[in-house]
Amino acid sequence: MSSIGASAGAEQHGDAAIRFAAVHKWYGSFHVLRNINLTVGRGERIVVCGPSGSGKSTLIRCVNRLEEHQRGSIVVDGVELTDDIKRIDEVRREVGMVFQSFNLFPHLTILENCALAPIWVRKMPRRDADELAMKLLSRVKILDQAHKYPGQLSGGQQQRAAIARALCMTPKIMLFDEPTSSLDPEMVKEVLDTMTELAQEGMTMIVVTHEMGFARQVADRVVFMDRGEIVEVNAPAPFFGHPQHERTKLFLSQILH
Amino acid sequence: MQPVAYVREAPEPEDPPPTLTSGALAWARANLFSSFGSSLTTIGFLALIGYLLTQLVAWATTRAVWSAMDGAACRQHQDGACWAFVIAKWDYLRFGSYPVAERWRVDVVEAIGAVLIVWLLWTNAPRRAWAALLFFVVYPILALVLLRGSSVLGLPFVDTLLWGGIFVSLVTAVVGIVFSLPLGVLLALGRRSPLPVVRVASVVFIEFVRGVPFITILFMANNLLPLFLPETWAPDRFLRPLAGIVMFSAAYMAEEVRGGLQSLGKGQYEAALALGLNYPRMMGLVILPQALTFVIPGIVNNFIGLFMDTTLISVVGMTDFLEAMNNAIKDPVWAGPTIMVTGYVFAAIFYFSFCYGMARYSAHVERILAKGRK
Repeated sequence: MSSIGASAGAEQHGDAAIRFAAVHKWYGSFHVLRNINLTVGRGERIVVCGPSGSGKSTLIRCVNRLEEHQRGSIVVDGVELTDDIKRIDEVRREVGMVFQSFNLFPHLTILENCALAPIWVRKMPRRDADELAMKLLSRVKILDQAHKYPGQLSGGQQQRAAIARALCMTPKIMLFDEPTSSLDPEMVKEVLDTMTELAQEGMTMIVVTHEMGFARQVADRVVFMDRGEIVEVNAPAPFFGHPQHERTKLFLSQILH
Repeated sequence: MQPVAYVREAPEPEDPPPTLTSGALAWARANLFSSFGSSLTTIGFLALIGYLLTQLVAWATTRAVWSAMDGAACRQHQDGACWAFVIAKWDYLRFGSYPVAERWRVDVVEAIGAVLIVWLLWTNAPRRAWAALLFFVVYPILALVLLRGSSVLGLPFVDTLLWGGIFVSLVTAVVGIVFSLPLGVLLALGRRSPLPVVRVASVVFIEFVRGVPFITILFMANNLLPLFLPETWAPDRFLRPLAGIVMFSAAYMAEEVRGGLQSLGKGQYEAALALGLNYPRMMGLVILPQALTFVIPGIVNNFIGLFMDTTLISVVGMTDFLEAMNNAIKDPVWAGPTIMVTGYVFAAIFYFSFCYGMARYSAHVERILAKGRK
């Protein structure tokens, strides 16, 4: 079975999917990202955690330029992000994003939500786009919901539809911004399972989440952020087993009861 | 005392609700006949309504004068409507001073327009895209050629000075509605644009036009437009108030649409951008379809207001339907107290039926759009 979205060809191996170099960002006078240096390899799964307001969402929203950084450089799939709208569009075509509040388009059916970008951005014929959408909807196990509107689905189904919608653009990189935070507890697992499957297929992923079980199981590296800076980066086993920094220890003690 | 632990042994059955809490009879009992005083009031008002309705119906039908050569019969029967007047003036009310031999052209334009509008508005009609193409592109050219005349087709030229009556009101309303909505959408988008020049231009236009009375806009369109343009371009006498009504309505439409844009969360924009949609596609495919749906009641409110405002184009010399009615009432052959009342009642029915039609249609569209979306 061909892996969805993962286009890590042999010739691309080795170079980075995303490279942050000395990135700074301010909201007004508030210094929200401070000297971020991080390189995400192709096929790598990164989980970003940290207390609220630590800048972790802002960090991944800089990757597809929903937020602008003011200093430093961000290179995504070999393209440096600047004000050049062409480059931004180029990056957005290759980077899928899943939001905390799903952000499905409520006036379109699930199928239409999924086929919209392939048709209008990739210029795919409608029939092919629908076929692709149906394939991905069956991958996230909501094929039977394809002709319903988002408002008729449960939260977990909506989030899986949102994942399918992002995957329809066959992205090289997937960003997840707290994908399970607004779900009812009984629906968290179905979304995490979908993400785990995606990870197993080799997708490059950056996931902002508080689901430490997911981080342990899926992540190659865990990034801990606090007050706009990266405090600690490590593989999950040492990160959870032997956190080094005081702030990491404090954070983990607060969320792992 | 209640025990601490409890485990259900059999499921609770699902029962129907108690009787007589719903239905027309229960509603009437609860709202109209709940007490002696309430019953008395209900009966009193029903009697009053019945009396007034029978009077009105008798005035409009059995006591009315249906055929007469002049106002004499109507002056004798002052307790009924004078429909003979409306019938006698019907052609003038429809066409104004449009040459009698050429009036078939107006009939053709109206008939084609009616067919296209029904086709376009009928939500289950086949090939509505064709209807849209015909109505928005082919029809305006056809209507212009037919109404004004064309030497190529051998249709004599009819100056807009001679246009008048119902068809002028309809042309004004249709032109106003068709142009003010897209212009309003552009102004609303302009007002939220990150480009300062576009934003300031939109704000200045909207605030200026909203800040002056419609009649002022009409006078300005009538007297200032020709001053700004070279003499050979001098816009037609009917085109000027048309431009005025489009500008005026567009400013209000823009604020209505802006309200819809603001009711959408940031998430919809971000999701569209994250998928790689550019600005025009984000707006056209994701944002505007939702924003416009939210503000249908306001947009239709503007359309209805615009339809009423068409009566004001008479201040710059156009003879719309109401002005034609005013002229007809002044005819000394048809002088009499019931004639004026009949004329204005008829005009009221005309305006009401169009506006009520628009209101009902928008309610229908809202119901369709609400279906399935929750």
